[in-house]
Amino acid sequence: MPETHDPPIDRSFRLFPEQASSVAGEVDAVYFFLLAVAAFFTVLIFVLIVYFALRYRRGANVRRGHGGHTNYTLEVAWCLVPFGLTMVMFFWGAKVYYRINLPPAEAAEVYVLAKQWMWKFQHPEGKREIDRLHVPLGRPIRLKMISEDAIHSFYVPAFRVKNDVLPSRYTTVWFEPTKPGAYHLFCAEYCGTGHSKMVGKVVVLRPAEYADWLAGRTDEPLAEAGRRMFEGFGCHTCHDPGPSQRCPPLEGLYGSQVPLAEGGFVEADEDYIRESILDPRAKVRAGYRPIMPTFEEQIDDEEQMILLIEYIKSLSRQRPRGAQLRSMENADEAAPQDPLPPPGVRPPMDDMPE
Amino acid sequence: MTAGLPRNYLNASYSVWSWFFTTDHKRIAILYMVSITLMFFVGGAAAVLFRLELMTPQGDLLIAEDYNKLFTLHGVVMVFFFLIPSVPAVLGNFLLPLMIGARDLAFPKLNLASWYIYMIGALFTIVSIVAGGVDTGWTFYTPLSTTYSNTHVMLMAVGIFVVGFSSVLTGLNFIVTTHTMRAPGLTWFRLPLFVWAHYATSIIMVLGTPVISVTLLLVALERGLGIGIFDPGMGGDPLLFQHLFWFYSHPAVYIMILPGMGVVSELITCFSRKHVFGYEFIAFSSLAIAILGFLVWGHHMFVSGQSLFAGLVFSFLSMFVAIPSAVKVFNWTATLRGGSISLETPMLYALGFIGLFTLGGLTGLFLATLAVDVHVHDTYFVIAHFHYIMVGGMVMAYLGGIHFWWPKITGRMYPEWWGRVSAVLIFFGFNLTFFPQFVLGYLGMPRRYHAYAEEFQVLNVMSSAGASILGAGYLIPLAYLLWSLRHGRRAGPNPWDAVGLEWQTPSPPTTHNFERPPVVPNRPYDYDPGEHAVSSPGTPSGAPERI
Ligand code: HEC
Ligand SMILES: [Cu+2]
Ligand SMILES: [Cu+2]
Repeated sequence: MPETHDPPIDRSFRLFPEQASSVAGEVDAVYFFLLAVAAFFTVLIFVLIVYFALRYRRGANVRRGHGGHTNYTLEVAWCLVPFGLTMVMFFWGAKVYYRINLPPAEAAEVYVLAKQWMWKFQHPEGKREIDRLHVPLGRPIRLKMISEDAIHSFYVPAFRVKNDVLPSRYTTVWFEPTKPGAYHLFCAEYCGTGHSKMVGKVVVLRPAEYADWLAGRTDEPLAEAGRRMFEGFGCHTCHDPGPSQRCPPLEGLYGSQVPLAEGGFVEADEDYIRESILDPRAKVRAGYRPIMPTFEEQIDDEEQMILLIEYIKSLSRQRPRGAQLRSMENADEAAPQDPLPPPGVRPPMDDMPE
Repeated sequence: MTAGLPRNYLNASYSVWSWFFTTDHKRIAILYMVSITLMFFVGGAAAVLFRLELMTPQGDLLIAEDYNKLFTLHGVVMVFFFLIPSVPAVLGNFLLPLMIGARDLAFPKLNLASWYIYMIGALFTIVSIVAGGVDTGWTFYTPLSTTYSNTHVMLMAVGIFVVGFSSVLTGLNFIVTTHTMRAPGLTWFRLPLFVWAHYATSIIMVLGTPVISVTLLLVALERGLGIGIFDPGMGGDPLLFQHLFWFYSHPAVYIMILPGMGVVSELITCFSRKHVFGYEFIAFSSLAIAILGFLVWGHHMFVSGQSLFAGLVFSFLSMFVAIPSAVKVFNWTATLRGGSISLETPMLYALGFIGLFTLGGLTGLFLATLAVDVHVHDTYFVIAHFHYIMVGGMVMAYLGGIHFWWPKITGRMYPEWWGRVSAVLIFFGFNLTFFPQFVLGYLGMPRRYHAYAEEFQVLNVMSSAGASILGAGYLIPLAYLLWSLRHGRRAGPNPWDAVGLEWQTPSPPTTHNFERPPVVPNRPYDYDPGEHAVSSPGTPSGAPERI
């Protein structure tokens, strides 16, 4: 769908932001509680100051000097009242924070690549967007975000969500849009000259519109592009399922607990996969020798990395790891040879998606 | 100062060298006062420019590079070269020895050295600005500052590195002085709360400042020598920088407010003629704030990629800062009750401080509350919050203190009418500038935006309008205080009829402060509200004529 069909961002003057995600109302509820407490105490202090200043003004005919030096009951009271109120703030805020931070399992995923000074979005289905993100109404969306350079921060005020985007590892933001429309996307972490131009919009479409939009002109699905890279780099020579025991199979890897050579386990998330490719010796899988070379030089940018990761993740979606292991047990151990090349011709490197 | 006056620290000698090589804490305080005032107007000028820019959403007055350099300059200059030294280095320097009945600080030469170090740091910073500026923000987040910025980060980092030593040495000096040089009879619980506040501040200065110095050194190492510490491209960890930076810079926030609280305790008592309510609680709440301040830095990092658990712990701990802060506000307010209140300029500032600090402190709770911080972090809400503390709090306290002790420092009174007018102007200008920013922040306007979404314009225009009133409010005192040096009414030793050892010396004090060491027989704030209950008509309350 061409951009002209996107709804415009509501630019009318307002004093309170729109609520357009499932957590917005919850955040605002905490906010209103805080607002009530703040207003109460600010007014209380202002009124008391003005009242005392008038009543006890010099020259007025009042009794003075009462009140003593310290009143321990009062002191304890005004320690306990703030304590009680702030604990309510803490627990309530923490509860909603938990919800903001833990995406539901069924959330759809979009990759976000931040760089000076633009936002790139890659939908696993293949759509790529710049400074504009289309999402369906009423469906939780999880963003896997990484930066190419400085730290940025993904912020959609109408959704009340924000998280920094780091150059070193993936961070996550999730939201469930509850209102169709277009909303501001801001970079909230100062990132250099073009920081204030690192803005975009999130377009929330009704499911049918979204399906239309997805069906429009599409690039190759990420996993597909990733597979071509995987082969281009020769990863499959070691990793494809086959009789070889030298390299761990990648099917079923994503999301599993990986036993490490140095003991302990690590969850195979995006960061683990990324690190395994850039710095294979950092965490070596138990039972394998660290023979995998680093691909730090070959992989140009985080965009390519996302393709590889998405491909490896897709391997887990297709086949559970148990099935993979069983097929390996039956394989002929004595023939550690290169597996057959997968169907399709290996594309030259410069065909890689940019 | 005219001849015929008794000798005092100002007319003791006139040569330039007698100022630049002085070891008199009072003269050093004046040196600081002049330097930080200059820096204040440098930082303020930057604010004028970017507030002008923000009148329109397009970013048409300044280019983005310049805008970014201006807010960096504003932050660095105001934080490190104005706010941190403001009350401690000027009023603290001047008053601490006087208040405890000492002849000087424990290490007078070190005190002078601190000022020179401050000046060297300021010089580096000014050079970095003149050479073209720095565009990283005062927070110097990595890897932006180490890898991606191609401005004069090194020079400015050196400036801040250097100036840090000045606060460490001042803090050290204050701590030793408070421990060893108190007058006979002046036990800890007879100390003015101003001294307690400075003691607490000094602890932070000594313990916290080395961390920021080392952190900036590491930035310089990475930037200059390519040693990977923070940039993941070189094997570093960008969050490490944030932890180190805020480990100092959160406590530094308390360096920028605790001394102001000390000032307010003095002003409130004097102008309500009353013993302070809850002395011990105010005293210990300063220490509590100083200690808690070191445990809450992670509240700046709730959306930084720090773990969920760390977020919970830091939010929980941050909440506790509310208690000592509330204790202070309630005790000051309770002090007013049953007093004999007059609203001279210093008192107006003090009451303004309480109101604005209350709002600033309460909005801090919004930021400590995890879910709300996710939304307002790095927006104008944060800007508004800390300006309520730093400007509404500390600058108000500093100005209140300057007016209160001006007769002691210079021997002259400032013009009261002008004083009140500008205090009221500053209060309203301040609120008009920063209150709309709370609204902007919750609407989602990010900070450090050169151009912004057009629906935010109305609130930004209000803010800029307020800033121009605020600016005028600051220029008026500059003018009349300078004027009063020559033309102000002569103040006697104790124009406010205040208790406290500093008022037992002549105004201005002699070089050695006290003829003979004073003896302190009782608790501080020994005021009698009944004494002034009915002021005779024609005599302005607290008028210097009494002396
Ligand atoms: C020379 C053979 C070889 C090549 C080529 C190779 N790997 Fe590996 N890889 C290994 C070995 C051996 C391990 C297990 C030891 C370890 O964890 O380092 C491994 C581990 C991994 C892991 C972690 C798997 C786990 O279960 O912990 C991932 C992910 C991975 N490789 C991805 C890749 C990708 C992507 C490529 C191509 C860019 C690649 N590998 C190329 C040999 C290879
Ligand atoms: Cu940015
Ligand atoms: Cu803080």
